[in-house]
Amino acid sequence: MSACDACLRRTALVAALAAHVERARRQHRHLRELLALCDEDLLAAIGGERRAELERAYASFEPSAARRELERAGLKAACRHDDDGYPARLLDAADAPAVLHVAGDPERLAALAQPEVAAVAIVGARRAGPEALEVARGLGRGLAAAGVTVVSGMALGVDSAAHAGALEAGGPTITVLAGGADVPYPPSKRALYRAIVRSQAAISEMPPGMRPWRWAFPARNRTIAGLASLTIVVEATERSGSLITAELAQQLGRTVGAVPGSVMTPRCAGTNALLRDGALVIRDAQDALDEALGIGVAVAHTGRAVSELEPPLRTLLREVENGRDTVAALASTPSEASSALAGLAELELLGLLRRGPGGRYTRLLGT
Amino acid sequence: MLARVTTFTIDGLASRRIAVEVDLRRGLPAFTIVGRGDAAVRESRERVHAALLNSGFAFPQRRITVNLAPAHLRKVGPGFDLATACGVLAASEQLPLEQLERWAVFGELSLSGELRHCRGALAVAEGANRAGLAGLIVPRECAREAALVEGLIVAAACSLREVASIVGGASLPALPEPPPGNGASPGGAQEEVDLADVRGHAGAIRAVTIAAAGEHNLLLSGPPGIGKTMLARRLPSVLPALSRDEAIEVTRIHSIAAARSGCGLIVRRPLRAPHHTISAPGLVGGGSLPAPGEASLAHRGVLFLDELSEFSRSALEALRQPLEDGHVAIARGQRRVVFPTVFQLVASTNPCPCGFAGSSRCHCGPNEIARHRRKLSGPLLDRIDLLVDMQRPEADSLQSTCATSSAEVREAVQDARERQAARLAGSGVLTNARLSSRLLRAHVHADAAAHASLRSSYAEGTLSARGHDRVLRVARTIADLAGSHRVRAVHVREALALRQFDKAQQPELAA
Repeated sequence: MSACDACLRRTALVAALAAHVERARRQHRHLRELLALCDEDLLAAIGGERRAELERAYASFEPSAARRELERAGLKAACRHDDDGYPARLLDAADAPAVLHVAGDPERLAALAQPEVAAVAIVGARRAGPEALEVARGLGRGLAAAGVTVVSGMALGVDSAAHAGALEAGGPTITVLAGGADVPYPPSKRALYRAIVRSQAAISEMPPGMRPWRWAFPARNRTIAGLASLTIVVEATERSGSLITAELAQQLGRTVGAVPGSVMTPRCAGTNALLRDGALVIRDAQDALDEALGIGVAVAHTGRAVSELEPPLRTLLREVENGRDTVAALASTPSEASSALAGLAELELLGLLRRGPGGRYTRLLGT
Repeated sequence: MLARVTTFTIDGLASRRIAVEVDLRRGLPAFTIVGRGDAAVRESRERVHAALLNSGFAFPQRRITVNLAPAHLRKVGPGFDLATACGVLAASEQLPLEQLERWAVFGELSLSGELRHCRGALAVAEGANRAGLAGLIVPRECAREAALVEGLIVAAACSLREVASIVGGASLPALPEPPPGNGASPGGAQEEVDLADVRGHAGAIRAVTIAAAGEHNLLLSGPPGIGKTMLARRLPSVLPALSRDEAIEVTRIHSIAAARSGCGLIVRRPLRAPHHTISAPGLVGGGSLPAPGEASLAHRGVLFLDELSEFSRSALEALRQPLEDGHVAIARGQRRVVFPTVFQLVASTNPCPCGFAGSSRCHCGPNEIARHRRKLSGPLLDRIDLLVDMQRPEADSLQSTCATSSAEVREAVQDARERQAARLAGSGVLTNARLSSRLLRAHVHADAAAHASLRSSYAEGTLSARGHDRVLRVARTIADLAGSHRVRAVHVREALALRQFDKAQQPELAA
């Protein structure tokens, strides 16, 4: 795994121009067109008043200093000219990142350099409902268990749930960050970041220590979409950033899938619109595996068969599945409540349900 | 001429004997009261003066000095009026001094010479009994309360004239009749509430039953307007009746803390529901002359904190010691007063800032919910064994005619309490909620399957170590309610369903 001098210089240039890119975007310049420009053109396009100064810095760039910096941050780097470390599939796009910095296990990224190794992106709303989180977690777990790399962005909500699911399966997952690969963002996900870096990988095109600029989020979305052969949107409103990822995936010729949601909830309006436009319907990990690996190649592990449960518990589980998901809905006398409470707790212990906020029980997808 | 009259002042929850000495001598007419009295004591001169004249007595045109002894004690309130007036009467030979010395007198005077209700009559009567006095003269309104002390003659008087005739040897007037209903409750006439008024909420009623049976503290969580307060107000109605000793304790506190009249013994368990703007001293007691706070007023009853997260941090922190020890010590200057605070805590909260967590109406992000929960957490939650999530009841359960009455639940609670008391005999505690970890291990009697359930849930990370013990305590109570000697897996599971939220419960947040 290595990065050439020219690519490191490019990375330093993009980092130095970060504020300029921000300003250009506010002036409605197209981000991907900007990032596709070669170094000189990029400087000319947005260098502005500081252009001469930036050009001097560009000319006197010290690759060895950049490499020392990487080493100090404990990161590895792979540039687009490194066939073994850099996934060639990213090069489908003209604006592919020059360098990918990796925190954690570099093998996770290097594995994707083999064209036959599958990766699936799972993205969605930050403010997702409990069901959506559970679906994302189940997808992450099922895909990772089958050896498919789960790619996401560690944002709150769906992204993190997908990573957490993949970690539960101990399987491969890669998080693509908008800041430096050594900067956990959002900060509240520090614990998740640590867990990912311990056995998996966090990657970024930004140099170490860089804070995430606003434009860096759509930029990292193109990396997420580029790495995966299938991008699944779990829950998204009509103006969600996840739809940008889906659009990017489409532009790259990747498959876009969406998890269907209620037509009554605005939270699912974006994903339902995707389905209307022809996105693949994803109900569970099996649907995703069939698309990513081919039909029938891998079987998603499902949890303990519900038919093994004792009849009263099975009835209770079915009631919860049918939307009677609270004690108030399940019991009308205190003694009924007593047995409902005990039954719900048992199903929870079996990993079939989880008590969520407000005392509402969510069905867990197979463990 | 010198006269000495015995009365009492309230100090914390006890009474202290005070000698009111009245000295009359020749000189320019004057009326002085010495002995560290407050404003009410100083103003007492005007009341005594007018009351004497309006009652048809003569006010001696002498130099009158009144001393309240012992002089080091601060004296507050209008309770010295009657003693001062009697002293003046005796010193001016309008009242026989020898007879007066057999009595303690206590009460406030109105200008017309009528006697007014005073706080703390029960504590005063206990003091008079301890001091070995033959009798106590109190305003009529306080008489039933004072008469709770056995072996003390209590004379109820309406006016200064009547006091004079009692001292003079007239037959004692009959004690006032108890008010109709005989259901004295703290805070005056309170409407009888019953659990049968609650429709739906079967799960919450079950939780209230368990809380009452094991004396567990309870947290009710649910959207606004769901009936959390309604349910909490019905907890006292399912608790076992107060024993006579407990009732006396409660009456003493309420008699000192608040002006009540004619109620006599408090037989219902108190329920206190302070507003969330309450200060720490208001909650646990305080003041330059320490007065009991809401926690003590809830002694032997229920303290209900509605919207727990809105209470100030300092107020909730202050509640720790009373919850832990069953009493609170308040030190002011050189004085230290101890108030009892054995109460059951019921708190209510919204599950998230908007209150509709889990339903599609909720607009709170995971961060907001986590922040809301963090605000709640802390030392107080460690003492709360039961969490029940309340949801909007189903439409048909609102119309159902079957309801659980308080009497029915109270009976089950009583049985469970007796079983606990029998099992815990000699251990110094009476209920499961008060079991320490060590006692819990000794008394839980759980079978293998119950332990296995608990172990797997602990290993899974759903429970913290503290949560583990809380679940076990609640499971013990559920077994007691079921009349089972052993705690079985089904009891543990029900307890698990009523556990509090632990941090580990939101994996995508904790991960």
